[in-house]
Amino acid sequence: MKKLLKPAVLSVLAVINLSSKADTLSDVQAKGSLNCGVSTGLVGFSSTDSAGKWKGLDADMCRAVAAATLGDANKVKFVPLTAKERFTALQSGEVDLLSRNTTWTVTRDASMGLNFAGVNYYDGQGFMVKKSLGVTSAKELDGATFCLQAGTTTELSLADYFRSNGMSYNSSLSDTSAQTKKGFATGRCDALTSDQSQLYALRTTLKDPSSAIVLKDVISKEPLGPVVRQGDDKWFNIVKWSLNAMIGAEELGISSKNINNNFKNPEALRLLGRSGKLHEYLGLEKEWGYNIISQVGNYAQSFDRNVGKDTALNISRGLNALWVKGGILYSPPFR
Amino acid sequence: MLSNIESRGIQTGFGFLEAESGFDIAEYLIDYSSTSTNLRVFYVGLINTLVVSAVGIVFASIIGLIVGIARLSNNWLIAKLAGGYIELFRNIPILLQILFWYNLALMVLPHPKQSFELFDSVFVNLRGIYMPKPITENGFVWVLVVLILGIVLKILLKRYYNNKKDNTGIKTNTLSYSLLLVVGLPVSVYFLLGSPLSFDYPTLKGFNFKGGMSLSPEFLSLAFALSIYTATYIAEAIRAGIESVSKGQKEAALAMGLTQKQSLKLVILPQALRVSIPPIINQYLNLTKNSSLAAAIGYSELVSVFAGTVLNQVGQAVEIILMTMAVYLTISLVISLILNIVNRQMSVKGR
Repeated sequence: MKKLLKPAVLSVLAVINLSSKADTLSDVQAKGSLNCGVSTGLVGFSSTDSAGKWKGLDADMCRAVAAATLGDANKVKFVPLTAKERFTALQSGEVDLLSRNTTWTVTRDASMGLNFAGVNYYDGQGFMVKKSLGVTSAKELDGATFCLQAGTTTELSLADYFRSNGMSYNSSLSDTSAQTKKGFATGRCDALTSDQSQLYALRTTLKDPSSAIVLKDVISKEPLGPVVRQGDDKWFNIVKWSLNAMIGAEELGISSKNINNNFKNPEALRLLGRSGKLHEYLGLEKEWGYNIISQVGNYAQSFDRNVGKDTALNISRGLNALWVKGGILYSPPFR
Repeated sequence: MLSNIESRGIQTGFGFLEAESGFDIAEYLIDYSSTSTNLRVFYVGLINTLVVSAVGIVFASIIGLIVGIARLSNNWLIAKLAGGYIELFRNIPILLQILFWYNLALMVLPHPKQSFELFDSVFVNLRGIYMPKPITENGFVWVLVVLILGIVLKILLKRYYNNKKDNTGIKTNTLSYSLLLVVGLPVSVYFLLGSPLSFDYPTLKGFNFKGGMSLSPEFLSLAFALSIYTATYIAEAIRAGIESVSKGQKEAALAMGLTQKQSLKLVILPQALRVSIPPIINQYLNLTKNSSLAAAIGYSELVSVFAGTVLNQVGQAVEIILMTMAVYLTISLVISLILNIVNRQMSVKGR
């Protein structure tokens, strides 16, 4: 009943909360902290380090919004959510922002009362198998058993892929990615399927990472990004432009290290609040952009320290490089 | 409330039930595929909930009855063992027990390629227990008809001889007739019709066993944990029932020359059960509700697939949780209705 109780309480909360008028920014500023929904632990995106501090690309997204709205990147209350709980938690107002490797789809955008405020990681679904199986392609996985997380797009994409290839499979569902890893490690399943970034992250946490390989096949598009409730466009804009500020800063060559330099580029000056009135339109303090970049860093800094070259994951920028460097990351102009 | 939800851009109504689910379910007893509707998912989950509850109820009752009687045994060792079992399993939260048995199963069981084998037809491994699946062919239905007929005849026969015993005091051993009617007759019909039953054996193909019937480790550990846990409460109910029967009853039974076994079966239990049955049925209710904890280990029951996966795919928490709660409410009400009927039947009728 415990599993049933939580959604039940959340949906009651949802009903109560719906009657109040939505102004998330004032709520957050009144509370003095941002309630940010993250995963229950996914290395590189949102997980706690040995000191109990949340780290990762998604955790940084939470910090960026806190820096923009409260002036302090540390004023975040991280709320760990399983894949199944996340949307109800956002709909009900338990969290102000959902930054939890969540895939942007039509259904979620149009029927669940959610708004995706952009993409902070372009991902795709893949497979991890034991090296000893000798499998080199996903096409060889006919009849295999898969460990996967319940309530994700992974479940849907896997069903689509196997149906379209006329193959069959069995599944073993879990609530968290740590549990899927356990199933994989014990041999409950032959392969683990999830977003590629997660596979690399989970692989590093295996007892013997070299015993497993991630197949090259990518069977779906998984654009992951921060999500807010519909009906609060002001808040939607703030989250959207907090993400764009990080990407834009990288484009403009601004990082936390050189932020106090004397920039000449007018767009950089507008982003940092040294000229123009962008902050007024967003309803924020003048230093919102400065706070994000000085306290959290630009996108490249966040990427490198969480999933990129400075980490064990060592994921290459790939699609997540700037558009001028062969990727598809692109920020609309700051003007 | 509805207009509020709509103004938030969240879909309302039960239209989602007709939409394609798009995901697969590990275990289902009715036809299901990822092209089935969300309503179908609801039925699949509901049936799985009922199946695991029914299995749990049967085993919990059997274990509970045995342990409850054992607890009052004159044998010190048996009584203490039963007491220890009850104290241990009653005091550990059921969710922990489910996780414990599930993780134990995953640790102990071998990979499909190194399965434990029984007679080359039953295989036990990490993915579950695989057994041959009976396939009925033309004419098998006659075997079943003869079997049912045999059972009916046996009951009539037994009743006749019981009456005879009551009236004349002459005992007749009906065992040979019973065997002939219930076993001999159907078996001979089975062979006369040319063995109209074959088996589909599970075989290792690629990654997993294919064919046959299988029980998943999720189902097994859930059913096991629920049975073991609920049995402790049933055992206590049985014990309370037996202790409520006054000592004089037992002494009188023994004084009349009944053996220990006969006094238990004919004198003690019938009176004890009258006290025990209401709390036992309440435990059945608890067991059914506790089966929703299966979501923790991924068994495909109602809360896991419907209030979990479907809810997450369509995001309509209010409708889905309402439907799920209605199911548990209905099950609870039906069980308490049964309880009331049983209670009326069992209650002491005016003497």
